[in-house]
Amino acid sequence: MGWIQNRFEENLAITSLDWALNWAKSNSLWPMTFGLACCAIEMMATGAARFDIDRFGAGAFRATPRQSDLMIVAGTVTYKMASRIRRLYNQMPDPKYVIAMGACTIGGGPYFKYGYHVVKGVDLIVPVDVYIPGCPPRPEALLEGLMRLQDKIRQGTIARPAQPA
Amino acid sequence: MTAQEVAELLIARFGTAVEAAPVEVHPGVRVTPEAWPAVARFLRDDPRLSFNMLRCISGLDLHPEPQIELVYDLIAMRAPEATGALWSCGGELAARVRVARDGGRVPSVWDVWPAAEWHEREAFDLLGVGFDGHPDLRRILCPDDWVGHPLRKDYEFPKEYQGIPSAAAAAEDAGGCGAGD
Repeated sequence: MGWIQNRFEENLAITSLDWALNWAKSNSLWPMTFGLACCAIEMMATGAARFDIDRFGAGAFRATPRQSDLMIVAGTVTYKMASRIRRLYNQMPDPKYVIAMGACTIGGGPYFKYGYHVVKGVDLIVPVDVYIPGCPPRPEALLEGLMRLQDKIRQGTIARPAQPA
Repeated sequence: MTAQEVAELLIARFGTAVEAAPVEVHPGVRVTPEAWPAVARFLRDDPRLSFNMLRCISGLDLHPEPQIELVYDLIAMRAPEATGALWSCGGELAARVRVARDGGRVPSVWDVWPAAEWHEREAFDLLGVGFDGHPDLRRILCPDDWVGHPLRKDYEFPKEYQGIPSAAAAAEDAGGCGAGD
C-alpha cells in the first residue's frame, strides 16, 4: 500500500476501505505452528474442539512461515533456538504479528534467575504485539490475546503503516 | 547381590583400584579412572553380576574440593523367564569415578554400555570432564560456541550470547536482583 502512505494529512480516514481490509486481516490470522514447550499443549487445546480457535478464523495453522501471518511463540526460548526464531520471523511476509504466549516468552518465566540457556523474553529477538501472561495461560487467555490482537489490527489504517519495525 | 557383596568381589579381583563406597541412598564402589574400563567390562560380563544396563551417569561437582565425581548408575536387568512375565532387577550399583576438576579425563565406556555415549557428552558439556576414546565428544545441550560449563558451582553466567542480553546483564544494570548468583 505504498502509494497511499503519507500522501494525505493525518486525520484523513479512509473508512470503508480500511474497515474492509482490517476486517479481512483480523478475521483470517493464520498462525505458524510454533509450539516450543509446555505452552504448546495449551495452544493445541485452543485449536481443538472445546475452545476452537478456528471460529476466529485462526485455525489454519501453517507449518511454513511463508504462508502464515501470525507467530504465536508458545514456550521457552533458548539461546540455541533464538537464531532460528529470528530467521523464521524474517521469512514471514508482511503484515505479520507476534504473540508472546506464556511467562517464558514475556520475561524468561520461572527460568529467569538460574536459566543459563534461556532467553529472558522473546521480545529480545522479535518485536511482540501482544503478551499473554500465564504459566501456561489457559486457552481462554490465548483467545483473549488473539482478540486483543484483532482489536489492534482493526485500529490500523493503510494511510499510516502500523507495523512495528 | 547387594552392593557390599559386589564390592568384596571387585576388591578381591582388582585390588586397591576399587574400594567400597557405602553411600546410604546409593551404595556402590569407588574405582580409579585407570582401572575403570576393565572394571566396567567385568561388571557387565561376569555372570554373577551381569550389570547390563547403564541407567544414568551423574556428575557431582565437589567444589571447593578440586574434583568431580562421576556416578555410573548400573542395574542388572533379567529377562522374563516365561512369555508374558515381566523383566526383573537382579541388583543395582553406583560405580563412582573421581577425576580432577581441571583437565580431568576418564576413559569412555561407550563400548561397554552404549547409553554412555550421550551421557558422557552431557557430562562433558555441563561439567567439563573429558572422556578418552569417545567417538564424538562435543556439546549436547549448549550450542557449540558456548563458553564454560554451566553446572559447575563456580560458573559465571554470560552477559550476552550472540548479541542477546541475559539476566546477568540486566541485573548489573538494575543494581542486582540476584540473577544468576
